[in-house]
Amino acid sequence: METHSLSAVELAECIRKRSVSALEAVESVLKRIEQLDAQVRAFVTVDADGARAQARALDEKRARGEALGLLGGVPVAVKDNICTRGLPTTCSSKILQNFVPPFDATVVERLRAAGAVILGKTNLDEFAMGSSTENSGLFVTRNPWALDRAPGGSSGGSAAAVSARMASLALGSDTGGSIRQPASFCGIVGVKPTYGRVSRYGLVAFASSLDQIGPLARDVPDAALLLRVLCGHDPQDSTSADRAVPDFLRDLDGPIRGLRLGLPREFFGEGLSREVEDAVRQAIETLRSAGAETLEISLAHSEYAVATYYLVATAEASSNLARYDGVHYGYRSAEAGDLYRLYAATRREGFGAEVKRRIMLGTYALSSGYYDAYYLKASRVRTLIRRDFEKAFQEVDVVVCPTAPTPPFKLGEKVDNPLEMYLSDIYTISLNLAGLPGLSLPCGFSSEGLPLGMQMLGRAWDESTLLRVAQAYQRRTDFHRREPKVSLL
Amino acid sequence: MTDYEVVIGLELHAQLATRTKLFCGCSTAFGAPPNSQTCPVCLGMPGVLPMLNRAAFDHVVRTALALHCRIDPETAMDRKNYYYPDLPKNYQISQNARPIGVDGWFDMESGGSIKRVRILNVHLEEDAGKLIHPEDTGAATSRVDLNRAGTPLVEIVTGPDLRSVEEAKAYMESMRQFLVALGVSDCKMQEGSLRFEASISLRPFGQEKLGPRVEIKNVNSVRFVLGALECEIRRQTELLNRGESVPQQTVLYDVRHDETRPMRSKEHAEDYRYFPEPDLVPLHLSPERLEAIRATIPELPLARKQRFMQCLGLSSYDAGILVEDPAIAGYFEACAALHADAKAVSNLITNEVLRELKERRLTIDAFPVRPEGLADLLRRMDAGEVSKTVARDVLTEMVATGRGAGPIIEAKGLRQIGDEAVLRALVLQAMQQNPKAVSEVRAGKSKARGALVGPVMRATQGKADPGLINRLIQELLNRPSSGE
Ligand SMILES: [Zn+2]
Repeated sequence: METHSLSAVELAECIRKRSVSALEAVESVLKRIEQLDAQVRAFVTVDADGARAQARALDEKRARGEALGLLGGVPVAVKDNICTRGLPTTCSSKILQNFVPPFDATVVERLRAAGAVILGKTNLDEFAMGSSTENSGLFVTRNPWALDRAPGGSSGGSAAAVSARMASLALGSDTGGSIRQPASFCGIVGVKPTYGRVSRYGLVAFASSLDQIGPLARDVPDAALLLRVLCGHDPQDSTSADRAVPDFLRDLDGPIRGLRLGLPREFFGEGLSREVEDAVRQAIETLRSAGAETLEISLAHSEYAVATYYLVATAEASSNLARYDGVHYGYRSAEAGDLYRLYAATRREGFGAEVKRRIMLGTYALSSGYYDAYYLKASRVRTLIRRDFEKAFQEVDVVVCPTAPTPPFKLGEKVDNPLEMYLSDIYTISLNLAGLPGLSLPCGFSSEGLPLGMQMLGRAWDESTLLRVAQAYQRRTDFHRREPKVSLL
Repeated sequence: MTDYEVVIGLELHAQLATRTKLFCGCSTAFGAPPNSQTCPVCLGMPGVLPMLNRAAFDHVVRTALALHCRIDPETAMDRKNYYYPDLPKNYQISQNARPIGVDGWFDMESGGSIKRVRILNVHLEEDAGKLIHPEDTGAATSRVDLNRAGTPLVEIVTGPDLRSVEEAKAYMESMRQFLVALGVSDCKMQEGSLRFEASISLRPFGQEKLGPRVEIKNVNSVRFVLGALECEIRRQTELLNRGESVPQQTVLYDVRHDETRPMRSKEHAEDYRYFPEPDLVPLHLSPERLEAIRATIPELPLARKQRFMQCLGLSSYDAGILVEDPAIAGYFEACAALHADAKAVSNLITNEVLRELKERRLTIDAFPVRPEGLADLLRRMDAGEVSKTVARDVLTEMVATGRGAGPIIEAKGLRQIGDEAVLRALVLQAMQQNPKAVSEVRAGKSKARGALVGPVMRATQGKADPGLINRLIQELLNRPSSGE
């Protein structure tokens, strides 16, 4: 039975009602992966045997009359920077190519507890550093909508897998837009939760104060379902919040009449492609027709967001990535010699160019004599950016803007120009600096038939309102229902 | 040779007395097989996060309070970045910008007077692991043991206030007693749970400006710190006397050759690139919590010693011995509460109890003679039931058998002979057998008295009351020499 075209909510319901077995669901996506992934290359590891075993166990459990959980039998792909016990976790880096964690990330534990089937691990920009998945140290992932286009990044593998129906749901991580921008490029929904909403335990750190795990899904209800499973306090993560988790799925269908949407003028200016702007403005009209009010707002310090981000994130990364040194685990250079040479050669050979660039940037920003001018100043600007949002949310309930400035760009187009690549995160980065929740959802297609995305940013802990507005939009549109026709190049 | 004023600062690292490590649940027990007390967190695996051990944090707050520091109600951890194989994350979680305590002081006894040492900084940090080099094992490569990695430490930094090697020694010893009494560390030097680093400079007497600072690394025992300081004083004095200047630098102490040599620049990283640890939220300390921790601070060794001297009349020496170990001091106080003569209690403990503990390698907590038993023995000594010499044997028997003093004295017939008639006969006998001693005593040679006491003691197997014997000798000597 071909179940891959069912949404996660539908599939879970079918399995619960016994019209589909967990094993059938797994076989369906495995077949899909077999057909398509040679071209898309979303997966680093497909755990076919493991997925079948998990599915069989769930079917047995169901046969015994036991409940399977919210995601009972739903196949989920996991970004390969999230630790899975016994399954390689590479961060798409040569330096961790053979690393097999002895533990599950908290989110993976939560997935298993909810009855999800862990299908495999998806490609990313090495250590989540990038916006196109071209920085993967392993291979390049293609956009299912057009194989010569980038799927976005860094969660490009997860977004492509969901978009191409090779998984019902996927986990991504978002440090500066790494869930929302690939969701936009691949025509799906991606949610970056409030910082502290989802445990980071087991997420291989890029920038600890910005990283957050979140769902990639075909539509809003699927995203709400997965988000519900991921959220919750984790005693193993000091930055995880001890707050009640709403039933996001149940709260989806409330009215949005009277809600106030803010349009930040800084996010509709220079550098924004005409096609994206038109699609987002059209979407705003749709929301107005559903009863929402709109007003222009200002996020005055957002012009400094990219610069601030590339100091804070790289500073933290330079320290977070120091542990990959060839001594304790992972890749070790064969170039023997003294300790210093072992460190240098291992890191020179094990890391790709972008990772090295960011480690050097961050090391510099923290160095004695430069700390005040760079890291400290960036931390202060970060506070100003956060205050901009606090001010904005006194006037509005949700901020609406484009997710990315352009439709999906061509593979290779920006790979030699890091600064231009950094600018593809220009609308997503501020949110991470402020620690707030946001989501991206499909809002149209370019003249070339490429997906376009819009972004909604919310108050801290208020993912519910974001999801409600997004659902109101999806009830009135059908962009999210379109499937890419993956064709041979 | 010109003399210079010596200026020393000390930096102490003590392992905090917690059951588990600072950021994970692994045991901190000493002596386990290499890497058996590790987990993904203290191995620094990808994806792991630290969770702060509140008990360790409280220990440092307690230490900072007891050192009269200013306590920041909101403190935070920082990362100290440097590469070394015993540091799995290649950064140490420590405190830099906002240590738990600053600007305190510590009073210690040195050379018979009280010296106040400024405490600049008291903070919490994690320990590194241990490298095991081929020289030690005969293996082909160096190995890493991460059992110690992530063990909680308190770091205490003094101002440049110590003026001699003797003061440095007094500081190290007083600090050890202080931390043990405070209950924050067991301070076992041989297990590496107490370590010091020193910095030293010299300046002409009378000069206010400090000389260039030389930091001494790689000194893992009090003896080596003192040795290294002596070396540096010699070396710097020679340099200054030759009219040369002392370069500001870090030196290593070579124990074997008893000399210090400058570290190559590569041996110590200069830029630790500190920044706030993003994986741990800042630590709030409410006034209530602060007061609750303050309430757990016991009386500290110096204050206790002074109380023993002033209120109980002990000598400085005896009081010092008793407060060296807070458990011994506690035992003493429990005994003194049952027996009024505190000096007698102190004498029995510092002489006999400590000897028994040492011989039997016991701690006072495991000592079979509890304060009630010891007070009972003291009472019997006071009552003249046993002599001091016999009491010592009775105590040994009490430790060995766990029985009380009374039954032992009865069973072994150790009761002191206080029967005057019996002793008088024995004294008379001794005088008759040794007329030479009698005439010498009469001539004022009191030393000769021993020749008269000895035979009486021998005849009674030591049970005779020495005071009574002396009195009888005197009486018989004073008597008109009727028998002669
Ligand atoms: Zn551990």
